[in-house]
Amino acid sequence: MSRPRWMPPVVPAQAGTQEAMACEGLRVTLGEREVLHGIDLRLARGRWTAVVGPNGAGKTTLLKALAHLLPHQGQVRLLGRDAGHWRPRERARALAWLGQAESGAEDLLARDVVMLGRLPHQDWRGAPGAADHAAVDAAMRETQCFDWRDRALGQLSGGERQRVLLARALAVGAPLLLMDEPLAHLDPPHQADWIALVRRHVARGGTAVSVLHEISLALQADDVLVLQDGRLTHHGASRDPATHRALEAVFDHRIAVHAVGAQFVALPHIQSGSDAHSSTLSRSED
Amino acid sequence: MVARRALQRPAPVGDGGARMTHSRPKIPAIWLLLASVLLCAAGMAVGSAGWEPLWQAQGSGISILWEIRLPRSLGAWTAGALLGLAGAVAQGLFRNPLADPYLLGSATGASLAVALLLAALGSASGVAGGWAARLGLTGAGFIGATVAVALTLVLARGVQHTLRLLLAGVIVGMVFGALSALVMFWVPEVMRAMQAFMLGTTGFLGWPAVSLLAVVLLVCLLAGIAFSRVLDALALGEATAASLGIAVGPARLVLVAVMALATGTAVAQLGLVAFIGLAAPHLVRSVVKTTHRWLLPLSALAGGALLLAADVLARGLLAPQELPVGVLTAVLGGGYLLVLMHRRPG
Repeated sequence: MSRPRWMPPVVPAQAGTQEAMACEGLRVTLGEREVLHGIDLRLARGRWTAVVGPNGAGKTTLLKALAHLLPHQGQVRLLGRDAGHWRPRERARALAWLGQAESGAEDLLARDVVMLGRLPHQDWRGAPGAADHAAVDAAMRETQCFDWRDRALGQLSGGERQRVLLARALAVGAPLLLMDEPLAHLDPPHQADWIALVRRHVARGGTAVSVLHEISLALQADDVLVLQDGRLTHHGASRDPATHRALEAVFDHRIAVHAVGAQFVALPHIQSGSDAHSSTLSRSED
Repeated sequence: MVARRALQRPAPVGDGGARMTHSRPKIPAIWLLLASVLLCAAGMAVGSAGWEPLWQAQGSGISILWEIRLPRSLGAWTAGALLGLAGAVAQGLFRNPLADPYLLGSATGASLAVALLLAALGSASGVAGGWAARLGLTGAGFIGATVAVALTLVLARGVQHTLRLLLAGVIVGMVFGALSALVMFWVPEVMRAMQAFMLGTTGFLGWPAVSLLAVVLLVCLLAGIAFSRVLDALALGEATAASLGIAVGPARLVLVAVMALATGTAVAQLGLVAFIGLAAPHLVRSVVKTTHRWLLPLSALAGGALLLAADVLARGLLAPQELPVGVLTAVLGGGYLLVLMHRRPG
């Protein structure tokens, strides 16, 4: 699991001890409405955190505020430093952002899109160097989109396009990786690939935060943040039963978390048939 | 450079693809340059008496070529290039392939200012023809275009929200358009001169205009290319562009300024030539998929070639009668977009 040559050195940290991102009293107002009502949060380095919650809970807003992409009140710290004190380019090298269902760029070639991830590493003339090409190639191979590097984004399917956009975020080579709904349009094998990719990122000492709608996939993360109505209702390890209870509670007990082998899955909670569900699942896992 | 990169790159597998991406835009660039040169020669061979082979020119014919037809052809090309460039910037900035350079109100602003000047000068005969008046009209056109864009920016309270910017542009366009119609209604004598302006003409382009257009084209092209990465990044959305360390607000302001300067200058010299700004970037994109670093200069080349071709046709089709070039660009540009629309899948 050695670090590829093109990746910037990540400060060696004992997982879980050093702070990757944090916020204190984080409030965000969009238009007239306050969407986040004072969130205190501390995320450790070398861990993957999933952000979950019902629609409109403020997940995307939280992620954007952490990435310093939204005006906010309260303090946000990146790698121990106030996010506002970073120079934009420097911050862009430390934090990669993948937005939700990014559209546009239909006429750009996949390779040119991924190369945009190298912008923070290039001077204003933007001439890509050898390191940039290596990073782009590696990122495209990692998300398995290298084969269509010379196709325009508009000619790709939703899943292919998402893998190119993911490669774009990876090409930044940032220690902090923030992704909003990165699994949209991905089929199950590529969802599994994505999980493996995030695992590699955190194994290298990086930190990942992702908003996920699919609770079973969120339970693959190290930690889970549960948001409801702009407030943080729970922050705990994904294996912790307290986290499972918090998840069930935030979704009005319409889901139930089950253990399947060494993993956990969330299934719709149907009063009469939940036992039947788990037994079917146990069988399919064998 | 390529050789050095190939040596340094660890995975030569991807190199062919990379080189293809970067060298492909050069081919259309060469074709467009060639077409421009040929069209320029054609432009010099078309006069009030129809087609005249260049090699037969002698005596006063040479001075007609040099003083009238060459600046007119070069001016048409440069103005078209400005419109093509402005169109590519507008489409990138607004992330909308239907955006055109007149979106922020520059066209209606220019026509209102021209209408006001014509009305103020009265219907004195020869107003539209005299060089001094022509200079005044050019200045008025430019000032009108600039004022309209500035007003759009004020109404939109800056450049932060593209939708607000577009709506403000529509509002300014409608109000200014209504005001120019009102001026024409009150002072019907200006109608004919106004109509010439609204249809666009290359008939008044001399060497001073060509130099001005060329300088503005150079400035706008350099500024556009310097900010081309911003346009690429904006294609992925504002949040992504900002996350890549781009100061989106200031960059957008520069791009709006480039668009306004290019459009205002072209409109002031030509009048309202339709469709070049919209069609040129589409023409380029239908041939080559590339980044804005190439798309901007290619759109300028395509815009220049398109307008010059339309101008040559406008002069040659019914010689010695001359069609307003704007009518031809609208018909040809509209037809081209129609073809493109039916060729595009979905």
